[in-house]
Amino acid sequence: MRDSARPTDEAVSSIGPVVGKRMIESDAFVQALEDIGFDFFTGVPDLLLAGIVETLLTRRLYTPAVREDEAAALASGAYLGGKVPAVLMSNAGLGTCLNTLLSLHQLYRHPCLLIVAWRGFEGRDAPEHRTMGQAMTSLLDTVRIPHRTLSETTALEDFSWVAKTFMQERVPVALLLKPGVVRGLQP
Amino acid sequence: MRPEEGTIQSRARAIQALLELIPGDAPVIICNGFPSRETFKLGDRPTYFYMVGSMGMAAAIGLGLALAKPDKKVIVLDGDGNVLMGLGTLGTVGALKPKNFIHVVLDNEVYGSSGNQPSYARVVKLDQVAKAAGYAQVERVREREDLVYEFKDMLSKEGPGFLLVKVSEQAEDVGWVPLDPPQITQRFKQALA
Ligand SMILES: Cc1ncc(C[n+]2csc(CCOP(=O)(O)OP(=O)(O)O)c2C)c(N)n1
Ligand SMILES: [Mg+2]
Repeated sequence: MRDSARPTDEAVSSIGPVVGKRMIESDAFVQALEDIGFDFFTGVPDLLLAGIVETLLTRRLYTPAVREDEAAALASGAYLGGKVPAVLMSNAGLGTCLNTLLSLHQLYRHPCLLIVAWRGFEGRDAPEHRTMGQAMTSLLDTVRIPHRTLSETTALEDFSWVAKTFMQERVPVALLLKPGVVRGLQP
Repeated sequence: MRPEEGTIQSRARAIQALLELIPGDAPVIICNGFPSRETFKLGDRPTYFYMVGSMGMAAAIGLGLALAKPDKKVIVLDGDGNVLMGLGTLGTVGALKPKNFIHVVLDNEVYGSSGNQPSYARVVKLDQVAKAAGYAQVERVREREDLVYEFKDMLSKEGPGFLLVKVSEQAEDVGWVPLDPPQITQRFKQALA
């Protein structure tokens, strides 16, 4: 890790103005990540992430992947090449990339921010998301992936948690996005 | 293509020929199983990343690295079973077209590291898949001289390159890669910096 690119607490203040508003704009969300030092974004879209992906594409920051395990591995290679990577995915994709997160990122100490859309949140979603929606946080606990759920009112603390945990632990950390927290197309 | 069919070289012999040609500063990502273990035995370098888990992901790791380091020629040593597992990545490479990416596939048409179970590489022509996916250079070789010629050629040209090397099922008597994975990360990043 280039130490100049170390995530810092001070940098995250750009998310400040959005705190307390009803929804976080995807522009502010992406800016806060860039301020922390993230400079490689990949993933597979989800409806909940559509606003963020659109912002990333507009800013030419996004490398689309075809599967979430591929996205995680791209992030790992980018980290080896000096980048600070983030991977966007739905929690369905979390299932797809679990082995890669455990046997590559955790094993080799490759940090990576997982921005995970929480489909099936409180059971109010399409049936295919039901089990993962219920099990996700305990699944993450079981496989020792630190996680935190973003909220409009604690965004500042949430982002400084990301910055700290990511580099201290050098493991994948997950920031969970419930519906309606970051503006996008809602399912 | 099976060993009993004659002249075909072993995976270890093919790896040895490749290692002799790979420039000292070029990062190499090696897939899990025998390819990593044989490479380690043939000659370890800090620029070698031995992927022991995450089967199918060696090419994606190499691609991420090639995008992050456009000035470095990134080489992936892959297996046919690994490629079939991460087949979608051929499309991602073909679409992104990194010029500094060479994908070598050691194709023994089996899952060698798990006991030589047949893989679909017997019927699926991986070089043709790579060509259709959009790799810029695609070659298929059997003999050592062809391997040397084509790999040298690929090193000198703009990629992405795909070199399918037909090898036998023969495996060396090799142990696990005895390095601690975080140490592999650290020395690899240091060697690249
Ligand atoms: C996800 C996953 N599935 C299965 C395995 C077991 N496994 C390890 S290596 C391997 C075979 C790899 O085959 P190939 O890429 O063709 O390399 P070869 O050993 O033939 O050189 C298998 C099935 C694994 N490690 N991970
Ligand atoms: Mg094989």
